[in-house]
Amino acid sequence: MTDLTADTLRRTVLTDSARIRRRNASERRFRMLGIIAVTIGVLALIGLLTSIFSSGLSSFRQTYISLDIYLDPAKLDKDGDRNPATIAKVSTFGYLPLIETALKDAMAAKGVAVEGLNAKTAAALISKEAPADLRKLVLADPANIGQTVHFNLLAAGRIDGYYKGRVTMASAELDSNVSPEQLMLADKLKTAGILTSSFNWSFFTAPDASDTRPEAAGLGVAIIGSAYMMLIVLVLSLPLGVAASIYLEEFAPQNRFTDLIEVNIANLAAVPSIVFGILGLAVLINFVGLPQSAPVVGGLVLTLMTLPTIIIATRAALKAVPPSIRDAALGVGASKMQATFHHVLPLAMPGILTGTIIGLARALGETAPLLLIGMVAFVREYPRSPPEGFFDPASALPVQVYNWTQRGDPAFIERASGAIIVLLVFLLCMNLIAVILRRRFERRW
Amino acid sequence: MNVGIIILVVAVLAVLGYVLGRRRALSLAAARGRKLHSLPGYYGQTVALFAAVPALLVLVAWLLVQPMLIETRVSGMIPDSAIPDGGARSLVMADVRRIAEGLDAVLAQGGLDESELSDMRADFTNVRTRLAEVGVALGGEVPTEVFEAAKTYRQDTKTGNTLLTVLMLAMSIGLAVWSYRRIAPDMRARNVSETFVRMLLIAASTVAILTTIGIVASLVFETYSFFKMYPAQEFFFSTVWNPQFRGGSELGILPLLWGTFYISLVALIVAVPLGLMIAIYLAEYAGPTARSFIKPAIEVLAGIPTIVYGLFALVTLGPFLRDWIAQPLGFGTSSSSVLTAGIVMGIMIIPFVSSLSDDIINAVPQALRDGAYALGATRSETIKQVVMPAALPGIVGAILLAASRAIGETMIVVLGAGASAKLSLNPFEAMTTVTVKIVSQLTGDTEFASPETLVAFALGLTLFVLTLGLNVLALYIVRKYREQYE
Repeated sequence: MTDLTADTLRRTVLTDSARIRRRNASERRFRMLGIIAVTIGVLALIGLLTSIFSSGLSSFRQTYISLDIYLDPAKLDKDGDRNPATIAKVSTFGYLPLIETALKDAMAAKGVAVEGLNAKTAAALISKEAPADLRKLVLADPANIGQTVHFNLLAAGRIDGYYKGRVTMASAELDSNVSPEQLMLADKLKTAGILTSSFNWSFFTAPDASDTRPEAAGLGVAIIGSAYMMLIVLVLSLPLGVAASIYLEEFAPQNRFTDLIEVNIANLAAVPSIVFGILGLAVLINFVGLPQSAPVVGGLVLTLMTLPTIIIATRAALKAVPPSIRDAALGVGASKMQATFHHVLPLAMPGILTGTIIGLARALGETAPLLLIGMVAFVREYPRSPPEGFFDPASALPVQVYNWTQRGDPAFIERASGAIIVLLVFLLCMNLIAVILRRRFERRW
Repeated sequence: MNVGIIILVVAVLAVLGYVLGRRRALSLAAARGRKLHSLPGYYGQTVALFAAVPALLVLVAWLLVQPMLIETRVSGMIPDSAIPDGGARSLVMADVRRIAEGLDAVLAQGGLDESELSDMRADFTNVRTRLAEVGVALGGEVPTEVFEAAKTYRQDTKTGNTLLTVLMLAMSIGLAVWSYRRIAPDMRARNVSETFVRMLLIAASTVAILTTIGIVASLVFETYSFFKMYPAQEFFFSTVWNPQFRGGSELGILPLLWGTFYISLVALIVAVPLGLMIAIYLAEYAGPTARSFIKPAIEVLAGIPTIVYGLFALVTLGPFLRDWIAQPLGFGTSSSSVLTAGIVMGIMIIPFVSSLSDDIINAVPQALRDGAYALGATRSETIKQVVMPAALPGIVGAILLAASRAIGETMIVVLGAGASAKLSLNPFEAMTTVTVKIVSQLTGDTEFASPETLVAFALGLTLFVLTLGLNVLALYIVRKYREQYE
């Protein structure tokens, strides 16, 4: 018992030695690394979403030019008898002068004028799609001919881009599609209240448009195509997946065949999605002879892709139902099939539906296999209503995004980002439904 | 009859069968004064199942087989002379189908009737203008053989559809009547219907096997015909990828494999440290509240469609890397590059690494940690020296799974990595991958006659084998080296 004084005790217990300090510092560093990693992960998510939203939100607003157009009977209906056949003979070009006159009159009425612009270059402010829209409206209701009707016409893509910051006076100098004078005119029209901007409903309803008319491009066909495919996926993969899971979880004996199925399902879940596209192309299109770009092919391919997801989720849900439920049913004389279908399956249903919705959400965002089965085609016609519509060419939301990224005009990047926002909103809704289902109906045994 | 109507009729028959079967069982039991073996509904079920299921299975099989049979038959009718120079038989067949459709449309308009049609001949009537009236545009004049083939095609399809309708109705009604008459009070209806349902369940679970067979068969079959046209050792060992659609292409896979591995490597370099540290932080440090926020936020990354990442690479990260790093430092001028695709893909696979590793770290028993703490180890020392070694096999498995994801990923590389096949070390250069080339060689193509399109199947097979191999390896490592704790 020499010198274990209070002094040494204090030193060893209450103050850290150099070694302890080093170890504690390394502990803090390690913990910091963890926090940094989490921060980077969350920042990546935020950065991804901000980038998409900042470039895409503007696609939900659209610049319009509102004009009172006199639908001149001398030009649209030469016979004067309002016969739809003769009216239909007037092509889109026949409507262009009407718009030019209407714009000229409107500018004169409001006293708007810019040096160096004639009627034609002033009318270039209006989208090339506008005469076609006008023609469609007239054909739908020929009684309007001879009247003066108020129309909201799409502004050209460059003008639209000017108000979204994509086009500036400086860039217009170099641009063959738009001149600074036209932009000045646009500004004056805006103050005169002829050029307005409003919510872009046609973005959700209009079909795709050609390379030179980004302002008219919409998601109508893509949304319908995606909806058709999701319908097919839901109708096929839910019963198939549930049936397969019930067999594997409740009935399958332990043997080679069962093992083979299990291994197959596990592997299919890991096969790259593009391989399913190859399967669709080689088997469904070439061998069976289904049409290209049709929602039915996309739906079948996506069904095969989602099946493993649904089976895995369903099996987990079935497994979570405690054996006592089955035992009780069997104990009062139910057959195994009755115990499964009357008791286990209803109890597992919330879990199954949650898994199905998550599988559907994955299928909705899938792009690669759809590229191979021809869904990238330029489709302007709406598919018919089901069941024939399943065989009509259509597009799909993610493929439409890809399609627009391959176009030259930068306005399409805005549209693509806008389409992604639409896609993400759909996905968010589906996942919210899944979460609510789980929260509300999930039982803890 | 239309297929939709047939299905509807069969469904009605099934419902009817159920009601009648149930009623018959009840009335027979009452008449004979005996108890039923099963609940009355099961008698109805047997009738309904026999009425609907076999007929529908035949329908599906028929719809698959009929077009193929007619196609071969009609295709045999077209002599080689009717095929224009430089055209393909399948193009003529497409014409045949369009003409047949057009004829249907003409008939539907009432322009002519069945007997007039069978007398109509391509050399007397102007078929082309006739069809143009109903909105079917044809590229050129219709040769007699093609028109005759179209008429046969139309006739055969009609006969086939009639046969199908008759067969379906006969089967459905026949089997329904048979099982209806079979009903007797002591019939074991529940066993019959349960065996039937069980068969259906087994059939549903074989879909997975069929899909795998379909994938492997289509890949192997087309790859085989590719290697008949193009030497295999060139494909596997040549370092040049230069497809020419006029023939004489060089299709070496090495530059594509190099691009794939390089991009995946960058992705793993991004994702593995981040994912692992996130998993460690979540499992060992974060409290329940922080965990309940961070874990879903990270997992959202896995739920975002890959096209979104692709667009992010194309619009944001690619130009950023080019303008701020590559160009000032003189590494290159391309906005699509290995680094762009790799980083974005790395972000995408973070949740794969972190979620799996999180589960695995959580599965390491608390006793191991407690033992280390008792010896005076700090938390990080425990993690580095006790938890990690115990969790290592599982983590390696998770990393391999993430690698297989990265190799098979398509949209990010299509939009972010570029399309030029190069063997280069510069990560700021555009390179391409196996998946990109599958897309570019196959998009919108259905003529599998040239090595340039068939090569996509060889690439697909390579990809399939690679990812499968990685997955099997991951499973093997996890199984073999897993520590068993009681």
